[in-house]
Amino acid sequence: MDDFLLRALLAGLGVAVVAGPFGSFVVWRRLAYFGDTLAHSALLGVALGFLLHLNLTLGIVIVCQVLAVLLFLSQRQRQLAGDTLLGIFAHGSLSLGLVALAFMEDVRVDLLSYLFGDILAIAPADLVWIFGGGGLALALLVWLWKPLLAITIHEDLARVEGVAVDRVNWAFLGLIALTVALMMKVVGLLLVTSLLIIPAATARRFSSGPEVMAALASLIGCLAVGGGLYGSWRWDTPAGPSIVVAACVIFVLAILLPSGLSTGKERRRT
Amino acid sequence: MKQSANDTLLEFSGVGLSVGRREILKEVSLKVGRGEVVTLIGPNGAGKTTLLRVGLGLLRPTEGEVYLRPDLRTGYMPQRLQLDPTLPLTVRRFLGLAGSRGSEELLPILREVGAERVLDSPFGNLSGGELQRVLLARALLREPDLLVLDEPVQGVDVQGQAELFQLITRIRDRRGCAVFMVSHDLHLVMASTDRVVCLNRHVCCTGSPEAVTADPGFVELFGPLVVQNLALYAHDSEHRHNKKQEDFDG
Repeated sequence: MDDFLLRALLAGLGVAVVAGPFGSFVVWRRLAYFGDTLAHSALLGVALGFLLHLNLTLGIVIVCQVLAVLLFLSQRQRQLAGDTLLGIFAHGSLSLGLVALAFMEDVRVDLLSYLFGDILAIAPADLVWIFGGGGLALALLVWLWKPLLAITIHEDLARVEGVAVDRVNWAFLGLIALTVALMMKVVGLLLVTSLLIIPAATARRFSSGPEVMAALASLIGCLAVGGGLYGSWRWDTPAGPSIVVAACVIFVLAILLPSGLSTGKERRRT
Repeated sequence: MKQSANDTLLEFSGVGLSVGRREILKEVSLKVGRGEVVTLIGPNGAGKTTLLRVGLGLLRPTEGEVYLRPDLRTGYMPQRLQLDPTLPLTVRRFLGLAGSRGSEELLPILREVGAERVLDSPFGNLSGGELQRVLLARALLREPDLLVLDEPVQGVDVQGQAELFQLITRIRDRRGCAVFMVSHDLHLVMASTDRVVCLNRHVCCTGSPEAVTADPGFVELFGPLVVQNLALYAHDSEHRHNKKQEDFDG
């Protein structure tokens, strides 16, 4: 196998494994549009990276983190509905990123690779980011798992039972922002959310518990990456979108499959 | 019931809460003592749930003070718990979130609330009554001195409502914990509470169920028709309550 294909596969699998559990929380907490908004700000991160001569991934991570904080704070006001606010941030930051890049005369970027990912151009340094950053995000998520689950089920109940709700929520948003920034390279800013939610949504029917669903989502994400990359290599299609198409195919196949597990109406008696 | 200062678990002193210009609570003073069942009743929008949330420390009052006995263990049963259907969760896992516990701890609590057969059921398959019982079990897992219940019989049929209130009374009798609850169901709650607090942003009247139903403030709040019906119901549910109790004891 060629080096660049191997790197692409490793990057894709790494991202898919991280996306499974995070995507599950995105689905449970209905944060799909939130993730999308973070992803849209990535171009601004690229511009920031060029401007300050930073590593571009680092630029994206920084901008995503800042946006997560802004979103969290602005959602405390009650004047505008949450989705309106997210729409403003998403398209505002995307356009701002495009305009900022246009101002930089000596910078030429391949816009498509940012919009739809450039997994075949993954460099060894990107792999370090994905496995280092992704590993960190995943480890912290495992650490926060139980309080986060309690908050997801009922925030007030968790608070009364002594969970540091605000701190856990902040940490979770930071981790989501990091994950989104890392996924950018693989599927691009327009498709990040799909890799978060499609595997998780597919896994739901076959899951008896939250952990099972998270692990299954990771596995399904890996299948989608493998299938998408194979398709891309075989038919010379763009890699990022091919991965998402593969995820969608698995989703549809899973719907046609009888679930049999967990969602059944039977009740075990003790 | 006479109480020394130490017996006070929760006390509101002149509590007020305004959001913008809207006054939601105004000069509310009330006390919940050890082992006491205090029920908040009042029309929709009277601030019952808000007062409960202030008592739990989830909301900060804009005026007045809330006293909680130090080291008070509180068990909370929220008004409605709607789990996102995408989240697969069994009752066992749900209860485990209150602290890691095995079946040997979970089963007795579920048995206490009469829901032991749902331990491994998916959360989404629970009936209204089972859901309330499971929520109650989660609150009891904390071995509370004070149970705070927000509309504990919501989404339960009438027969089930009476049973739930009897269950709450039995839990109080057995564990000696105080109960502070919200209900807008007047007649069922009358038989299972020591003290009723009529709330309509401020405390309209308070006292034993019998005293409150005779209070002009209560009549004004709920109208004479409701009060008349209540007299009938109160008698009726008292009767049923005793019968059930015998069944259980026998």
